[in-house]
Amino acid sequence: MTELTNLTVAQIRDGHRAGDFSAVEVAEAFNANVAGAKALNAFIVETPELALAAAKTADAGRAAGALKPLSGVPIGMKDLFATNGVQTTAASHMLEGFVPRYESTVSQKLWDAGAGMLGKLNLDQFAMGSSNETSYFGNVISPWRRNDGGNAALAPGGSSGGSSSAIAARLCPAATGTDTGGSIRQPAAFTGISGIKPTYGRCSRWGIVAFASSLDQAGPMARDVRDCAIMLENMAGFDPKDATSLDLPVPNWEAALSSDLKGKTVGIPKEYRLEGIDPDIDAMWDAGIAMLKDAGAEVVEISLPHTKYALPAYYIIAPAEASSNLARYDGVRYGLRDLPQGAGLQDMYAATRADGFGPEVKRRIMIGTYVLSAGFYDAYYTQAQKVRTLIARDFEQAFASCDVILAPTAPSAAFGLGEKTADPLAMYLNDVFAVPASLAGLPAMSVPAALNREGLPLGLQIIGKAFDEQGVLNAGLAIEERAGFTARAEKWW
Amino acid sequence: MTEYRIKGETGEWEVVIGLEVHAQVTSNAKLFSGAATAFGAEPNTQVSLVDAAMPGMLPVPNRECIRQAVRTGMAIEAEINTWSRFDRKNYFYADLPQGYQISQLYHPLVGEGSLMIEADEKAGLPEAKRIGIERIHVEQDAGKLMHDQHPTMSYVDLNRSGVALMEIVSRPDMRSPAEAGAYVRKLRSILRYVGSCDGNMEEGSMRADVNVSVRRPGDEFGTRTETKNVNSVRFVMAVIEGEAKRQVELIESGGTVVQETRLYDPDRNETRSMRSKEDAHDYRYFPDPDLLPLILDDAFLAECRESLPELPDAKRARYLAAGISPYNADVLTAEVEAARWFDALLEAGAKPVAAANWVTSELFGALNRLGKDISESPVSPAQAAELLGLVADGTISGTIAKQVFEKMLESGDGAAAIVDREGLKQTSDTGAIEAEIAKVLAANADKVEQYKGGKEALFGFFVGQTMKAMQGKANPQVVNELLKKALG
Amino acid sequence: MMAIDQATVRKIASLARIAISDAEAAAMEGELNGILGWVEQLGEVDVTGVEPMTAVIPNTLRLRDDVVDADPLTGGNRRDDILANAPAPQHGFFGVPKVIE
Ligand SMILES: [Mg+2]
Ligand SMILES: [Zn+2]
Repeated sequence: MTELTNLTVAQIRDGHRAGDFSAVEVAEAFNANVAGAKALNAFIVETPELALAAAKTADAGRAAGALKPLSGVPIGMKDLFATNGVQTTAASHMLEGFVPRYESTVSQKLWDAGAGMLGKLNLDQFAMGSSNETSYFGNVISPWRRNDGGNAALAPGGSSGGSSSAIAARLCPAATGTDTGGSIRQPAAFTGISGIKPTYGRCSRWGIVAFASSLDQAGPMARDVRDCAIMLENMAGFDPKDATSLDLPVPNWEAALSSDLKGKTVGIPKEYRLEGIDPDIDAMWDAGIAMLKDAGAEVVEISLPHTKYALPAYYIIAPAEASSNLARYDGVRYGLRDLPQGAGLQDMYAATRADGFGPEVKRRIMIGTYVLSAGFYDAYYTQAQKVRTLIARDFEQAFASCDVILAPTAPSAAFGLGEKTADPLAMYLNDVFAVPASLAGLPAMSVPAALNREGLPLGLQIIGKAFDEQGVLNAGLAIEERAGFTARAEKWW
Repeated sequence: MTEYRIKGETGEWEVVIGLEVHAQVTSNAKLFSGAATAFGAEPNTQVSLVDAAMPGMLPVPNRECIRQAVRTGMAIEAEINTWSRFDRKNYFYADLPQGYQISQLYHPLVGEGSLMIEADEKAGLPEAKRIGIERIHVEQDAGKLMHDQHPTMSYVDLNRSGVALMEIVSRPDMRSPAEAGAYVRKLRSILRYVGSCDGNMEEGSMRADVNVSVRRPGDEFGTRTETKNVNSVRFVMAVIEGEAKRQVELIESGGTVVQETRLYDPDRNETRSMRSKEDAHDYRYFPDPDLLPLILDDAFLAECRESLPELPDAKRARYLAAGISPYNADVLTAEVEAARWFDALLEAGAKPVAAANWVTSELFGALNRLGKDISESPVSPAQAAELLGLVADGTISGTIAKQVFEKMLESGDGAAAIVDREGLKQTSDTGAIEAEIAKVLAANADKVEQYKGGKEALFGFFVGQTMKAMQGKANPQVVNELLKKALG
Repeated sequence: MMAIDQATVRKIASLARIAISDAEAAAMEGELNGILGWVEQLGEVDVTGVEPMTAVIPNTLRLRDDVVDADPLTGGNRRDDILANAPAPQHGFFGVPKVIE
């Protein structure tokens, strides 16, 4: 029998059902991996006891013939989800020591489905970043290394970098992520795993620390497409506590998985062919096109004319919403309070927020505050929301002639820690392919497709029509089966 | 017509007034959470995770709050916007947990409307006037700060945080404290008729932001100041008087009025600039991304309209048409409880004019004495109708009616029963009356002489004596006729 | 649009209630101008007749029933939970430095 920690969610679920192993054995195996991987700094809080408790319940449930969809499956929880009784920080000093008395809807659904929590995963502070270098609790290190014999520490992507690193390093079979402008897809691509951002409104935002409300969407990250489908089924669903939640039944995505794309049309957006992009990226993209053709799909070129404006629009809308969403961190009701000698209320705010927020968070709050301020609102925010309408319209028109869109997930493979921190813009450009689907609220996933010259994973992105997660998963599965991506990071930690 | 003018050193000034009234919407739960709204609860007990703006909390609007605001808009004949949106008003303050107030700037729920203030000479309102209402939007109330509990700390209570408010914004159409007072009273009356706000100003259910500026009659508007959270009609009028005088003196002494937020101090009856609000505000309004556009369908609007009661103006018109005096009509329609009581009295068959006179004098007088308000009246509309019926059909005289009413208040018995028990029926029995007349004339032979000698004024004296002898139960007409006969 | 200077940076920082040193203001001046200069390209887009996006997925606002404490997660009567993480709880209140109005 293979090592338990090499099993997928489906294999753990089925093996536990079949009695091949106990849930406690699985939990202990993953707990051990977590405990042995401090060098990756993937977890902010480890909760082995919770993983074990859920495992015991799962084993008892099996004995009693009462199994749940995720009985016996331990997972990682991005530390952006409020967890009742377990510190929830959004990787910030501001929320260091904050212990919610409530559970986010998505995490509650996962526990109700029988999953257990291995711990709270590190991330970019308040989910703002693309390399997991903005966490107050330190960088997450990718398990991957370049094949140049060097041992340069690489970025696991962001903001869900703890999730991607932990899954790639076999610290957990699956984890939650959140995606505002690529935060599930880009880290998945950087670490050779899969991740899907569902249609905006599929997963409740209730209890997830907000970054940009009109873009934030939770989704699963795992080793393969099937596991993403299983996880998503247990995360999605209508929530009356979230006014933007979609009141739709949750499809049985796993059961409907099919890599047969006969009769399907795949669109290739010409605007995503960037000048001077890493040739490995284009090569992977072309390979992906061939794979989908091989799966029976017809491939057509499409145009998304406003693509180049997506990133600038995103960097007005997301910071604007963030500047307001993060106003509640004021040192009055919870979290950090900095009260200089004889300081008044307003001084307390300024000191608390100066100390509690990291540089990238401050930068985005400043941008957002500026673009909303008197005299600039229409020129920046209103204009950006109009451009967003045009970007959504681009997709609508494109989907008149195709079922899914295939593109790279990111313009490059994982870069070295510190390589882009000096230049915010260079960092932002990392999400150039991910952001358009976020602005349009569309389901999109990344699947590992190839290794580049340096032996680092590259991901392909599939973007689907609103509500068509199935089409996205199926195309992803077709690529997965053909790419035969089995590479994994050599253990050095 | 006499206009309100401020006499300054350099001449007369006109005052221009606009009011922003914040009215707490009557609802069980808050605007965006399920926490209760009841007044006077223990600190922070009526606070949900949402109201405390815990990380990841989200707002979901309360249908009843929207419904009440829409019904209020219909009551002031305003346009209802079937597409509206919530916006965030961003600022930092200890009573504002989210760091923003969810309000409506760009697309309010209710658009242009108006209300009528009636003429009232005594109150300095020579003629009725229509006051424009620019908009009504729905928004969250803030929490409460207490400053006197601790030497170095203020305390924050979030019980009010998230309670639904309607902000009712008038046009700058008022020109005197009296008009502003009448506007607030009329608005309060309408809100209470509609049932969208209890109008309880002491408990802060209604507060006014008072915008005041002065100008030479006919000139364009001057710079206005806004005095926040004034919580009684009297204070609103006081603020306007004081602020207008202050501005006139300021201008006439060469100064200029600065647009600012001021605070009213009832104890010293003066306003002062609000230091804490001084830093120039830039609220960075933008549509709340946690909420979607609010779209109202026809069924919802129809229900709102059908559920509206008869409103003060319509009631007043109906009373006037029934012959009731304008003064009585105003008194009877001002408070919804009184109006409903009076309508029940008419329902029970009482004659409008007599009933109106009786309610405004006898009933209100009695309730005043007893210190009860009309909802606690010991006498029901049905019982009152019975009493008035006995007067109308001549069973008892108005004088006796007063006595019967007193006994009704004491015993709670019905009028007819009391009249029977106490034998208070008035008599037209000529025999009995003639007998008493004979006694009266015999006992006052001298006056009979003077009368016959031409001192006709004495007739009233004989009537009085006879009524007295009959203990007020004689039918006055009959007494008159028989006396004339007897005095030949 | 014109570039922003350090005074503007300080004004934004105070609007956002973030204390910044002169060094930070200087650094941010460059960064913000870089980012804002880059987003200005949105100005090129012809948006005549285009409505700003209101709902990313076509969906209208759902309303809740007017029921108190129907769901403990959105209801009241949980003062202990509300105050559990407070930096300065004061017999049922949140304590803040004295405010002068
Ligand atoms: Mg106001
Ligand atoms: Zn207001």
